[in-house]
Amino acid sequence: MSAEFVQLSLTPILIGTLAAIACALPGNFLILRKQALIGDAISHVVLPGIVVAFLLTGTIAAVPMLIGAGAAAVVAVLLIEAIKRLGRIDPGAAMGVVFTALFAGGVLLLEQSDTSGVHLDVEHALMGSLESLIWLDATGWSSLTDPTALAHLPPELARIAVVAAAVIVLTWLFWRPLELTTFDEGFARTIGLPVTAIGFGLVVVAAVAAVAAFDAVGSIIVIAMFICPPAAARLMTDRLTVQVWWSVAFASLSAILGYILAGYGPLWIGLNDAVSAAGMVATVSGVILMLAALFGPRRSRVGEGKGGA
Amino acid sequence: MTTPELRIAADNAAKMAASTQVSAMKIRGMTVSYGEKPALFSVDADFASGAMTAIIGPNGAGKSTLLKAALGIVPRLSGEVSVFDRPLSVSRDRIAYVPQRASVDWDFPTRVFDVVLMGLYRQLGLLGRVKARHRQTALECLDRVGMADFADRQIGQLSGGQQQRVFLARSLAQGADLYLLDEPFAGVDAATEAAIIAVLKELKNQGKSVVAVHHDLATVTRYFDRVLLLNVNKVAEGPVASAFTSETISQTYGGRLASAQIDQLGLLVVP
Repeated sequence: MSAEFVQLSLTPILIGTLAAIACALPGNFLILRKQALIGDAISHVVLPGIVVAFLLTGTIAAVPMLIGAGAAAVVAVLLIEAIKRLGRIDPGAAMGVVFTALFAGGVLLLEQSDTSGVHLDVEHALMGSLESLIWLDATGWSSLTDPTALAHLPPELARIAVVAAAVIVLTWLFWRPLELTTFDEGFARTIGLPVTAIGFGLVVVAAVAAVAAFDAVGSIIVIAMFICPPAAARLMTDRLTVQVWWSVAFASLSAILGYILAGYGPLWIGLNDAVSAAGMVATVSGVILMLAALFGPRRSRVGEGKGGA
Repeated sequence: MTTPELRIAADNAAKMAASTQVSAMKIRGMTVSYGEKPALFSVDADFASGAMTAIIGPNGAGKSTLLKAALGIVPRLSGEVSVFDRPLSVSRDRIAYVPQRASVDWDFPTRVFDVVLMGLYRQLGLLGRVKARHRQTALECLDRVGMADFADRQIGQLSGGQQQRVFLARSLAQGADLYLLDEPFAGVDAATEAAIIAVLKELKNQGKSVVAVHHDLATVTRYFDRVLLLNVNKVAEGPVASAFTSETISQTYGGRLASAQIDQLGLLVVP
């Protein structure tokens, strides 16, 4: 059992957890900036970027994928701004138009191109392929100290680990400017903070996290990781630091519990086949949000304790 | 706030302000436009150092926009700004800006104390540790606005007046020489208004300069030394005694203010 767990479940759970954390961290600030939809936009928009990067390079290596998706995200942000300003269209509508159109374009492009040789198709783009990121060379927990086995870890693990580490370091480094510009943009400008650059940097970090998470949970379900853990965390506390820790905890819980429920849950209730891990991870994060909305200690903030003096 | 002492202090300061030469903030040819209609058109302004100046005008006159454009919060089409005769970029540490209370989301997960600490950002930087002296400064500033007991409160639990005082405490923490306040008295209770004006007068007595967007014509002469009357264009500027007259007021507000209301202000009619 434990050998099988290390072989089949350990790496997908690790990858899922790291992807969830990498998305949840920028998600906290996106939600507080009322820009949660940007996470949605990004997760859709990265698809055409990845497909174009594949068509140009013929591989699905990490760097071209990240560059392609990053470029697509930048194009999307510029398009949204252009539509907003030129057409005087409501920002929400401008976003909706741009990300849906780009995602649809990505799907068409993907269908028309020959990606049979690589692990890139519409289903993978939508659902991810967490279950396939297994560690075949592992024979048990002892493999964690075996260099030969470690050399054959799925490459996606290293990729998401690097991205998650970068997101964590950037969040720590730019904590104060992020908090300040998110809370009070006008004041932040008067003390000389580069407000626009910080906002743009946040979106870029979210885009990189979305691309890296693409392998694990697929394009659509990334949105759940951006929104559900931070939104649930907001209902647990009135302090930003504590909120971010809760969001990391909820993201990890969703990934671990989601994977286990998807893999073993159907067997427990007598069914034969496992269900989509990515789908279950997103579902668990949604259930956590629902529970937080029903029972979270800070769920009824509006109008509470006004004028407590 | 109508005590004789304060009135005398205000009178003295008005005399001093009249003799001051240095501008705390100088604005030249400021034009700002949202869409097609200009919000401000070629406005010049000199906010005197060591004085309390009110920016007055009807809704949509561009009062808040003048402050925001001068500070680079909204883009301007044209205009030069200097702060204590230096460019804004080198004078940032001498400025404290208090935005309109409604411009931020008070549901943000933070405490009163942490908001005041934001005023120390330029001292703390990205990763500087919050030391005992920083905490002490923040608590002192909260104490000056009568909010020391609320340091640990979540900001969403405060009344409007308390929120305004927290914003004022944050600006005090900045230790600036020029305080720019956008509607500091909008929607606050009488006690808060008295507390804020006391702090502002205290700042002026320390030689600091104060500029506030102000709505209540009835309190202008009591609170301020100088006025800037604005309605897209500048209408008048100068000491309250000479610039805040029934004539300039009706010019600023057009037909929106009945002459009977102006008469109630008890101002001298300049022929």
